[in-house]
Amino acid sequence: MKEFKYVITDPVGIHARPAGLLVKEAKNFKSTATFIKGEKSAKATALMKLMGMGIKQGDEVLVRIEGEDEEACAAALEKFMKENF
Amino acid sequence: MQTFKGTKIVNGIAIGRIKIYKTPDYVISEELVSDIGAEIERFEAARVKVQEQQNALYEKEMKEGRKDTAGIFEAHAMMLDDEDTLIDPCKEIMAEGHTAEYAVRAAFDNAATEFSEMEDEYFRARSADVIDLKNSMLDVLFGNDTESLQGTEPAILVAEDLAPSETVKLDKSLLLGLVTRLGSSNSHTAILARSMNWPTLIQCHDIADDWDGKFAILDGYNSCIYIEPDQKTIDELSAKQAEDKAREEKLKELKGQPSVTKDGRKVKLYANIGGPKDIQAVIENDAEGVGLFRSEFVYLNSKEDPSEEAQFAAYKQVLEGLSPRMVIIRTCDIGADKTIDYMQLDKEDNPALGFRAVRICLTRPDFFKRQLRALLRASAFGNLGIMFPMIISLWEVKKCKEILEECRKELEAEGAKIGKYEIGIMIETPAAALCADELAEEVDFFSLGTNDLTQYTCAIDRQSANLEPFANTHHPAVLRLIRETIEAGHRHNTWVGICGELGADPTLTEEFLKWGVDELSVNPKSILPLRGNVRNADLSKFKTESPKAVDPKKEPKGFFGRLFS
Repeated sequence: MKEFKYVITDPVGIHARPAGLLVKEAKNFKSTATFIKGEKSAKATALMKLMGMGIKQGDEVLVRIEGEDEEACAAALEKFMKENF
Repeated sequence: MQTFKGTKIVNGIAIGRIKIYKTPDYVISEELVSDIGAEIERFEAARVKVQEQQNALYEKEMKEGRKDTAGIFEAHAMMLDDEDTLIDPCKEIMAEGHTAEYAVRAAFDNAATEFSEMEDEYFRARSADVIDLKNSMLDVLFGNDTESLQGTEPAILVAEDLAPSETVKLDKSLLLGLVTRLGSSNSHTAILARSMNWPTLIQCHDIADDWDGKFAILDGYNSCIYIEPDQKTIDELSAKQAEDKAREEKLKELKGQPSVTKDGRKVKLYANIGGPKDIQAVIENDAEGVGLFRSEFVYLNSKEDPSEEAQFAAYKQVLEGLSPRMVIIRTCDIGADKTIDYMQLDKEDNPALGFRAVRICLTRPDFFKRQLRALLRASAFGNLGIMFPMIISLWEVKKCKEILEECRKELEAEGAKIGKYEIGIMIETPAAALCADELAEEVDFFSLGTNDLTQYTCAIDRQSANLEPFANTHHPAVLRLIRETIEAGHRHNTWVGICGELGADPTLTEEFLKWGVDELSVNPKSILPLRGNVRNADLSKFKTESPKAVDPKKEPKGFFGRLFS
């Protein structure tokens, strides 16, 4: 299992279009990535659930990755978050 | 005549018959079916078709240069791939023997409700996206053609609300104006109405079905609609509408035209903006770049000192959104009349002459460096100009450049990508204007901030009503400083722009051009009128005339000017 934390800097938070791209990115891997904020969580491949978490600027999210390619998946998602959120 | 109020989106007038636009109220059977596989197939076919429709709308909007509305449809297409929330629940419902229509309504409504209950306004507004998708799915499943809903005659459309895909599909040649009971000024429909310049009224709570077919006037200026207006109202507003049209046509013709005088002198017309929200206005008004991007919004919109990341995101968004246009970002100009709690600035007796702009930045280098690093990183995404405000001395410019250089080296060591950028300063103090020769050697461009330059040159507080009789926006001392700054800049190959209010003053355009100004930066709405001025100007006639505006004997234009004239 791999984990990383990320603080959202995008003014609108995890919103529709980039969230869609995030889902695409996550689907490239076999591992399951889960976004966790407080008591809420959503799989990185579930666009609406992810948006439904209402993640806003300044929120810290924990991303947990489990699966055979978790190293690569974690690195890719962390990079994606930095570039897009 | 009856008058009903609403909230206007666009200042404009629409005159014509009303057409009530109603989304079909589908009757969905609750009967169970036996062929579950067939329903799932129908669902899949509809999903793929709607996804294709959304992608086509995305392409259409991109082609017409509306990136923000295009993004909506791109997101819609992505939502239709969502297994967890949309596809799987639909399939589960169909597996119980329900029809595809029944499943779509249940699952999509459920998802829409979840969004509508969220705290954040942005996410709450997404429930409209899900409803929009549901209606598109039902249209396909019922084999319905939404285009016929608009009728065949030009009309003012009146609706409960319009989903983005409905709005985009409307036949624009038949659309005179738009009135909705619901909607918000941030809704996609409002965004589109603004960019298409449709007279639009939202939140008009009194709309009624019996308006259908009635003659009406939508008056955006007064945020209302007149049903069966009297002749006086018709005459007045028809005249106003004709006036608007004539003005718009004239301005529209100027889009895409070069900003060049009759005798061939070119000038760059840039826009002044306050944040990423103004990107669309820059594009719509055909500005050739941004001459002043006030970075204050990143500081003012934040409860705490904004991080490098937050600033980077905002700068990148503007640079990327406007590329390849040049975007000049002015570094932090906090202080004077703009104070912020987290900056913990001491109260000053004389803030206009106090601790502000680079004076704060050079005193607090860590704070300054966060912004400069964000700017340098953003430079990789467009055509950036970095501009330092409130300069009075050469050493300040050198110090700003030194810190910028330090940031560049740090970033390079970290492996960050940095693009090309130009460095400039604001000329807004008499000290800077008089030292323009020395300063010009250090920078690529000057931008004359005429508001502060006037206030500091004339010792006139802009906010004070008592000083109105003494104020002269065309004071010869200010105009002389402007002219000399332009000349000094050019002696050192430094280009010179004007970004204060005087830049948009039509009575000075010819004068500025004659003095050699390279760029005028004004609010987006003034771009096209100013281009009209430029294109009507003819500088060749000045060869024999002496410059009139710098005549020191000229009377002030304020109170005394009127008194003596």
